Amino acid sequence: MPPSPAVEIDGLVMTYGDKVAVDGLSLEVPRGSITAVLGPNGAGKTTTLETCEGYRVAQRGSVRVLGLDPQRDRAALLPRIGVMLQAGGAWSGVRASEMLEHMASLHARPLDTVMLGERLGLGDCGRTPYRRLSGGQKQRLGLAIALVGRPELVFVDEPTAGMDPQARRTTWELLEEIRVDGVTVVLTTHHMDEAEHLADRLHIIDRGRVIVSGTPAELTRDGRSATIRLVVNRPFPEGAPESLRAELGPAAEVRQLDEVSMLIHGPADSTTLGRVSRWCEEHDVLPQTLNLGQRTLEDVFLELTGRALAS
Amino acid sequence: MARMVLAQSRMEARLMLRNGEQLLLAIVIPVIVLVGGVVAADRIGIDLDGHRAVDILTPGVLALAVMSTSFTSVAIATGFERRYGVIKLLGSSPLPRSGLLLGKILALLNVVVLQLVVLVAVGLALGWEPTLAHPLRTLVGLVLAVALGTAAFAALGLFVAGVLRAEATLALANLVYLLLMAGGGVVLPTSTYGAASSLIQWLPSGALGEAMREALVHATVDGRSLLVLVAWAALGTVLTARTFRWE
Repeated sequence: MPPSPAVEIDGLVMTYGDKVAVDGLSLEVPRGSITAVLGPNGAGKTTTLETCEGYRVAQRGSVRVLGLDPQRDRAALLPRIGVMLQAGGAWSGVRASEMLEHMASLHARPLDTVMLGERLGLGDCGRTPYRRLSGGQKQRLGLAIALVGRPELVFVDEPTAGMDPQARRTTWELLEEIRVDGVTVVLTTHHMDEAEHLADRLHIIDRGRVIVSGTPAELTRDGRSATIRLVVNRPFPEGAPESLRAELGPAAEVRQLDEVSMLIHGPADSTTLGRVSRWCEEHDVLPQTLNLGQRTLEDVFLELTGRALAS
Repeated sequence: MARMVLAQSRMEARLMLRNGEQLLLAIVIPVIVLVGGVVAADRIGIDLDGHRAVDILTPGVLALAVMSTSFTSVAIATGFERRYGVIKLLGSSPLPRSGLLLGKILALLNVVVLQLVVLVAVGLALGWEPTLAHPLRTLVGLVLAVALGTAAFAALGLFVAGVLRAEATLALANLVYLLLMAGGGVVLPTSTYGAASSLIQWLPSGALGEAMREALVHATVDGRSLLVLVAWAALGTVLTARTFRWE
């Protein structure tokens, strides 16, 4: 029998009063992968995660984590998972290193806290009380706490919120490192670049449902549309955007950036590119750049929901 | 499990003793009440129930110390643990809820014992002479009073912390502490409250104060007061179990 997936959610429904937070959500997380759950605030990411972590009882549908029921098999599951909360989790007066050591002492076979702290750049704030740590330091401590028990699976809720770019990169490296060790990572984020950079698989959720799943490459390739950046050798003639739009048809959007460049958003095919270069010829301008940009996850989300993914 | 519970209790006791306000509540205020009360009584030259003031006040201040830590400190600490997500995070660790509770109780007993040692020393320095009429009965009465008083007040403290917001818990726990210290029959015998005494002896504070005084002044085990404490502990436990929210 093949090992069960790290996480299996089937038809999960969670409501608070008359507000539906999760609305028939299903997804599967293979072992040893980094899976991102991506979506705007209020999409149901945290509720879904907290149901997997055993904090909430699934109202409808089923949730299995490492093949176990997060409620019934809680005692067997908890030693095998690590959790990083979105915020807080420590006493205000506890020192960073003290907190990490304490959480280590609750596990049977913890990692070396000194090495883990150094790896996460906590070395210089070990004696600082939690309330005086910066936002980024709190996040790093939270991540260290999630990892200290050598979990098979970690849930990280918005792991890099409030971090500077350097700390973000270190955190990404660390998450990639633990994947190499075979640890499964489930992370929520509303940062597109984070999901694109880290995730093996991602699930975009909106209004409590998975609207699309796949690898970042799958989701950004073969799109229905692409962004084309056109830069020409001399200023466009008067009315250029309108005439180009007429050439390309109603499916395309054209926006002039400055007198020599335009952004074209339209069907990602050779016909579009052909029409753009024919239009240039007719208007006596020479394309110097004609880039077919890959779709970003931002575009994917916008296409699927008609709304921007606020970050 | 035992290892985790010990780690948790060590951590909580350490944090409790590190916190200035908690230390004020646990040691400084009881010492001031004891020294102030004894000095004032000596000046005015009163005695209480025919006993020297220090012999009546010391058991009362020991009861006060038990109440301050078990009720006020536990309520405030737990209220803020809920607020800061500490309880939530611990809920994702292998430490089960029962272990967390056990760790809390051990930490609490740790701090209470430390308080009692300090206050007994201060009392003895002020000339306190506990009764030696029947040391075994005194010891049994004292241990039962401390254990049941701790249980009753901790259960009530957890009840408050589990339903109110952290700020409201802070305010209420301090207010109740002040009211009970002044009028709850802890420091002074319930008999000194006149007509109100018949009510006060049913309060957990009055029952704890009386049980301590009975043990340390009269060398008796005050069965009725201990039963009152058992009833409050049971009530607090049921209320807490029914209403406590971890987040």
